[in-house]
Amino acid sequence: MATTEGQLDETAEGTGEARVGWRHTIDQVKRDTTARWGMYVIVIVTFVALFSALDANLNRLTLGHISNYAIGQALPLLEHPERIPPPGEIYRNEPPAFAEGGSWEHPMGTDHEGRDYLTRIVYGTRISIAVGFVATFIGLVGGVAIGAVAGYYGGWVDDALMRFVETIYAIPALVLVIVFTVFVSGGRPDVIYAVVGVGLASIPVFSRIIRSRVLSVREMDYIEAARAAGVKDRNIIMRHVIPNSFAPVLVYATLQVGVAVLIVAGLSFLGYGAQPPTPDWGQMLNYSHGLMHSSPWHSIWPGVAIMITVAGFNFFGDGLQDALDPRIEN
Amino acid sequence: MSVPGETILTVEDLKTYFYTEGGVVQAVDGISFDVRAGEIVGVVGESGAGKSVATTSILRLLDDAGEIVSGEITYRDTTIVGFEEAEEGGELVPRDDMLTKSEMRKEIRGNEIAIIFQDPMESLNPVYKVGSQIREFIELNRDLEGEDAKEEAIEMLREVGIPEPENRYDDYPHQFSGGMRQRVLIAMALGCRPSLIIADEPTTALDVTVEGQILDLVDDLRDEYGTSFIWVTHDMGVVAEICDRVNVMYLGQIVEQGPVDDIFHDTQHPYTESLLASIPRPDKTVEDLNPIAGVMPQAMNPPRGCRFHTRCPDAREACRDIEPRFVDVGEAPSHRAACLKHDDVGYWDSVPIENESRDGVVADEEPPAGGQETEAGR
Repeated sequence: MATTEGQLDETAEGTGEARVGWRHTIDQVKRDTTARWGMYVIVIVTFVALFSALDANLNRLTLGHISNYAIGQALPLLEHPERIPPPGEIYRNEPPAFAEGGSWEHPMGTDHEGRDYLTRIVYGTRISIAVGFVATFIGLVGGVAIGAVAGYYGGWVDDALMRFVETIYAIPALVLVIVFTVFVSGGRPDVIYAVVGVGLASIPVFSRIIRSRVLSVREMDYIEAARAAGVKDRNIIMRHVIPNSFAPVLVYATLQVGVAVLIVAGLSFLGYGAQPPTPDWGQMLNYSHGLMHSSPWHSIWPGVAIMITVAGFNFFGDGLQDALDPRIEN
Repeated sequence: MSVPGETILTVEDLKTYFYTEGGVVQAVDGISFDVRAGEIVGVVGESGAGKSVATTSILRLLDDAGEIVSGEITYRDTTIVGFEEAEEGGELVPRDDMLTKSEMRKEIRGNEIAIIFQDPMESLNPVYKVGSQIREFIELNRDLEGEDAKEEAIEMLREVGIPEPENRYDDYPHQFSGGMRQRVLIAMALGCRPSLIIADEPTTALDVTVEGQILDLVDDLRDEYGTSFIWVTHDMGVVAEICDRVNVMYLGQIVEQGPVDDIFHDTQHPYTESLLASIPRPDKTVEDLNPIAGVMPQAMNPPRGCRFHTRCPDAREACRDIEPRFVDVGEAPSHRAACLKHDDVGYWDSVPIENESRDGVVADEEPPAGGQETEAGR
């Protein structure tokens, strides 16, 4: 591989586009239509999540046409006592704007307590994105550390670490996370426990992926050269082994963000994740599944939001995989 | 720097074995040689002779399966490898004055003994700029940091003949050609200011023009910095060009050693003769080429007696049973060879045997006891 890269680039040396590196990879991804759409989804969803985190800006930039009342309804009421609605307006159950009986004041309608659905979906973005990234980050850091050390040292270190990790892997992820959440939270589950649980549960796969790459990277001459120059093992792993083994991990991490969103939404649906009144998509589904016949939009909006987000990460991940795989010609 | 001519590295009766599933591979089986300050010592032999294992043993960089089982390696006054008999059982155990792993890393690797690997395409980390890799090694092994280390790295690039070193500092390895990368590797090794550089077939992957340039460069650098080299190669032509003294290895043992002129003009071992006869030359066609018959036997189950007797054109009955001693031969004082011809043990009275050098088949050698070719030869 190194040889072909070298030969390819010798002619274009100094001039023209580089055929390796970050920009090149992103260019490759953009050429793939599905992956490009995935990237747009990720960018938009992340953007929405970031801006929904700023209360004041949310009102002005993203949701200018939505009433203060609705925003108040989306937030925990105790923090905003002035926004408690006047009696009589509660328990409005308004359908989306395009359906009969809907209005553009609430484009996606309201939930059965009269809270604006668009606002809640937008707020839900913040939680879902945070959940996806944080859970994946935990799994990535833990998995890469364990897998790289196991793969680099081999022998009994490898055996001990990987057997431990495989033991975790043998337990169904959902059961593991539910048990973890219940015990660590002391019976009061919250989304943060679910996130940590999902992160820990994804460590095994991350460590297995990077370990298999480290096994071949550690045999490379530049690793031997670093050892021969007296570089410490820790620095060899950090500076030389991990960066060269990272491509498949990166691809898996992108896919895992979507998976984590999905799993945490599922946990919230089951009641082990976000608790009311937090506007989490999964929790909203939990709330609304009893009303599926009378008010189907309660279930449709969060479902669509979850689907689009997860699909976005999956499309982008697939595109990234193709871009990073030297065997696929673009 | 060291006094020219002073012995800086001594290897005595080094044995490195690999413990594989198929059995014990005696990759290096009792070799002795030394290196003096400012000289280039060649280690030459076919693939699988144990050359690379011998040199990696010096830095104690063996794989998990490999182990130095006995022998002494002394670098100046420090003991890199040393053994003593245990009080109980008489087994060989490492001596107390042998450097620990972390002492090896801090005191020897890089700053005293550096190594250049065979494949310049794979010896540079593809994700870092060439300059920062040289700089990493310089910062690690010398009292230079930050901008000073960077300047030194650029200076090293200039020293090894890379044009526009300031600009090339920020290039990635894939932007260099093979010969240029080999220069970078030399700069990396040299940047650590070691007294000894082990070059493990560094020009094998290069074409002859570039090879010639690299050999000239090494010769100049040796004169300038007084660095010693151990030059591992299978190419007698390279040996002739730059080496001062030569060790010829066959199947884990040194069969002949001496000054380069004597090895070439006063050859005393049939294996060395065969190596010399197999050098391709412009005045010979392929049909005229005279390769060494057969392949090297497995180091897991080496032939009894003289290890070369299965392929030696001069083999006689005595060679099957008697292991040749390493004796002084020829004119030069330090010229030694391990061949029964030079020993009074009845070689000349016994009859020649049939072997691979005569009819291309193994005469009566037992088939190797299972197991595939292992990593022993690299």
